[in-house]
Amino acid sequence: MEIAKLFSIIIASIFINNFVLAKFLGLCPYIGVSKKLDSAIGMGMAVIFVMTMASTITWLVYNYLLNPSTSIFGLDLTFLRTIAFILTIATLVQFVEMVIQKTAPALYKALGIFLPLITTNCAVLGVSILNINEGYNFLETIINGFSAGVGFTLVLILMAGIRERLELADIPESLKGLPISFIVAGCMALAFLGFSGLKI
Amino acid sequence: MKAFGELTKGIIKENPIFVMALGLCPTLAVSTSVNNAIGMGAAATFVLIGSNIVISLIKNFIPSKVRIPAYIVIIASFVTVVDMVMEAYAASLHKSLGLFIPLIVVNCIILGRAEAFASKNSVGSSILDGIGMGIGFSLALIVIATIREIIGTGKFYGMQILPCSYQPAICAILPPGAFFTIGILMALFNKWVAKKS
Repeated sequence: MEIAKLFSIIIASIFINNFVLAKFLGLCPYIGVSKKLDSAIGMGMAVIFVMTMASTITWLVYNYLLNPSTSIFGLDLTFLRTIAFILTIATLVQFVEMVIQKTAPALYKALGIFLPLITTNCAVLGVSILNINEGYNFLETIINGFSAGVGFTLVLILMAGIRERLELADIPESLKGLPISFIVAGCMALAFLGFSGLKI
Repeated sequence: MKAFGELTKGIIKENPIFVMALGLCPTLAVSTSVNNAIGMGAAATFVLIGSNIVISLIKNFIPSKVRIPAYIVIIASFVTVVDMVMEAYAASLHKSLGLFIPLIVVNCIILGRAEAFASKNSVGSSILDGIGMGIGFSLALIVIATIREIIGTGKFYGMQILPCSYQPAICAILPPGAFFTIGILMALFNKWVAKKS
């Protein structure tokens, strides 16, 4: 039962409720960093990493500091949720950046420039809030954060592949750049809409 | 005249959505109906004006190294206020905007105006800038929502305006419709700008 539920969370957040194409979260990096395949892969890895970490930590913050029934203070601080989460995420990203820079310079070189961008990625704050709204337990939260990141990376890489080819295509002048990217994204969203028929 | 310029530049010349392509996530997500678009526009405008006022008042006391975290805390406080007020007085709107109310915090328009305008200008012009940008954002949202609502449901602001025999194209209010609408609108905007120059 438990395994089945975890599996359905994974499939749902990668395909059915894909963060970019069904929930409109994280559009800025999706449009901004999808010009080259290499940087799309780097950004995707950084997002998977930060989303998993952020889901884990914000769940702990919410349940042990803010929620009155489980908190160590016993105070109802749930109204501080938005402020607490955004500060936690900003601190986390900064911390992760410093740790990676010290311990794994090669990884830092690959992910480095993407990390600061992630703080203002609404997908990270979005997944943290969704975990709380959906009432997930600790394990489900980690799985949901990870698979939401995988879903984001999947569409980012697909988009980068398409856009590299679009560079060579003959596009009307006024559609060049952002407009054609949105229309391509619309076609991808149409394809992903097909997954919404899945019942699990 | 200068004050009037601060107010109107956000509406067309520096329109946050069509020209600067900022704040796209809430734009696409809540533009399924005109009602939602107006609610979102009003919430974002309030946060924009409030954070612009506070940031331009305290700009001289914040050390430049910690200015971004300070801005985010100020913005998050205003967002919490909007969230709670909306939950109390407009519960159904709060429910349909859902996740996108707390996500106003990470809307690039608000942090962008704090950094680019309010941290360098006086309180008066920051208020005008906030109002102008807020109106520009709301208008763009309403335009997108009008197109999607009419094509997708045959209604405008909940009222039937197309004849009942019209078969609504549901796709327009589903996610793909949002991407197509904004792509085509941006292309038309580009064409118009190119023609003018």
